[in-house]
Amino acid sequence: MSSAPESSSSSVTDVSHAAPSDSGAEDIGDYLLSLREVAKNFGPVQAIRRVDLDVPPGQVTALIGDNGAGKSVLIKCISGIYPPSAGQIFWKGREVHSHSPREASELGIATVYQDLALCDNLDIVQNMYLGREETRIAVLDEIKMELDTKELLKDLAVSTVKSVRQLVGSLSGGQRQAIAVARAVMRDSQLVIMDEPTAALGVSQTAQVLDLVRTLAARGIAVILISHNLNDVFKVADRLAVMHLGELVSHGPISNYDTVSAVELITTGQSHRSPTSV
Amino acid sequence: MSLSTPDGTVPPEIPGTILGRLPIQAQIKRLWQSETGLGPILIGLAALILYFYIRSSVFLSAGNITNLFIQATIFILLGMAEIWLLLMGDIDLSIGYSAGIGGAIAVILTSTTHHWPFWVALPLGVLACVGISTAWGLLCVYLRLPSFIVTLAGQIGLLGVLLYLIDSQGNTGGALPVQERVLYDLVNADLTPFVTWVVILAAIGVLSLMILRGDQRRRSAGLEAKPTWLTITKIVLLVGAGIWLILVFNTDRSHFTVLEGMPVAIPIDLGVLALATFILTKTRAGRYVYAIGGNVEAARRAGINVNRYRILAFTMSGAITGIAGLLYVSRLGGISTGIEGGQYVLYAVAAAVIGGTSLFGGRGKMIHAVIGGLVIATIDNGMALINVSAAGLYMVTALVLLAAVIVDSVARRGASTIV
Repeated sequence: MSSAPESSSSSVTDVSHAAPSDSGAEDIGDYLLSLREVAKNFGPVQAIRRVDLDVPPGQVTALIGDNGAGKSVLIKCISGIYPPSAGQIFWKGREVHSHSPREASELGIATVYQDLALCDNLDIVQNMYLGREETRIAVLDEIKMELDTKELLKDLAVSTVKSVRQLVGSLSGGQRQAIAVARAVMRDSQLVIMDEPTAALGVSQTAQVLDLVRTLAARGIAVILISHNLNDVFKVADRLAVMHLGELVSHGPISNYDTVSAVELITTGQSHRSPTSV
Repeated sequence: MSLSTPDGTVPPEIPGTILGRLPIQAQIKRLWQSETGLGPILIGLAALILYFYIRSSVFLSAGNITNLFIQATIFILLGMAEIWLLLMGDIDLSIGYSAGIGGAIAVILTSTTHHWPFWVALPLGVLACVGISTAWGLLCVYLRLPSFIVTLAGQIGLLGVLLYLIDSQGNTGGALPVQERVLYDLVNADLTPFVTWVVILAAIGVLSLMILRGDQRRRSAGLEAKPTWLTITKIVLLVGAGIWLILVFNTDRSHFTVLEGMPVAIPIDLGVLALATFILTKTRAGRYVYAIGGNVEAARRAGINVNRYRILAFTMSGAITGIAGLLYVSRLGGISTGIEGGQYVLYAVAAAVIGGTSLFGGRGKMIHAVIGGLVIATIDNGMALINVSAAGLYMVTALVLLAAVIVDSVARRGASTIV
């Protein structure tokens, strides 16, 4: 628990040498992803308002907030499902406009949704490569795909699956989550967004998934983790971003927060114990 | 007796022997439940054959077995056509009459009034079926209509088209005979005994080589391959079955003249089986058909053009339906207004399901249509031999279909807890 925040603005945690961009935002060059004044309306309804968020590479950013706070809309703006109504999104310091999940995924942004989007009737290798199979003269190169899958799962320390030729339908919830994440990593994603990855898991499987999240960060991949479970958040996150009624009310290094201040921010949008941000 | 040593640890040699047995048992269990999934139904087929043989020794005569294969041809081909759609959770109720139309076009164009060459007329017949199925695919995909209803309308409409085609040839009494040699020979000609040897041995050789090479490539890549005993057993069974078939086909089946060799229809079946299996298991298109059947949303999010591959599956189904139509008119020596297209569809679906294909998409193989088609033809043929009435025939077919589904679902329930 930290009592003395080092600065009043969460985005000044790193000293940047990058040239300031003409957007007027500071330091976006050092971040993998930066949002400036991003808003999304559905007709007259403002789902999110003026969101400024910076996501550094190799760190886990936990996005928390009550139901309806706008977490899902925010990640959908990032992953290309909704175009933002206003504001700018910078990817590696360059402004981008993703109009589809496909375009976002080409940038290197992968989203692992709660339903995981796996085919139960296909095996692990087939799921990992779905949509981008390796072929040799139009024939599927099963051996290369299987070797690469094994290699990657070993790298990610996913050791609980018996065989990569197992049908995904026969895997446990934690294993399925691991496969979905591994698939995102395999596609050279630099930012993996995970929506409630541990919501439906038991204790040991949750631990597996959290280990996997740390493994991703150790590989230099940025992770945005949506979670309702503050225990998980404080276990794995490097940074925290709290949403309240469509606004990002606070974000910064996890050491600036503790469970009490996080709960206060989630429920009231402000906390006397944490730095005021935004 | 306790397995533990006094200090509480387990002596190393004992768990070694206990655990050493497990892989084999697990292997056999896996073989039974998932290897090909064909175990139960093959045993069922063997039981049926044995039963009919006991009741009538004619059943296993060369002539009857050859006949049985020809009977099965239409069920097998229509079953394969249906599996392309069942894999995606779709169905085509119109393929019976669609096949009839393809066959009728070939019959009409090659008739003595029109004189088109067979190499134009036969492909045109197949192409008609491709067009029909693709049209259903376009309707289902772009207007998001359920294939059941679209093809139900198709079944009714195509019967009308077929009647119109036959009537348009003047006063024929509702039947058009095949008047062209090649079309007639598709089912009724036999390869010479020598060519029969060559064709079957070549097929077995290619298949065995593919199995061995696949195993060998996996081993040299350091991957786990099927155990050698399993591969060898497979190849031995393959060679045994092949040689038995050669001997059966090459036995003279006629009492009056010489009738021997494999009917041409069988290599046609095998060719379709090989090509369709190749596409389904070795290419992206096949993979995507399974993915769409398993989880269409996941397929879409993986960037797969779901619409394109759904239509492709309809097109493949149409091509196989067209070939089935040609063999149908060849076997019957013509096309008549009495074709039971609706019943053929139901037999096609039954063949697929008996073989192990799911009606809900995502699970099935081309070989299922072959096994299921043979089961249905065996019942058809055997019941006729032991003089069971049509009433009994239908009831037994229904029971076999039910039994196949029950065995399949029970085996699957077991599998999900084992693997």
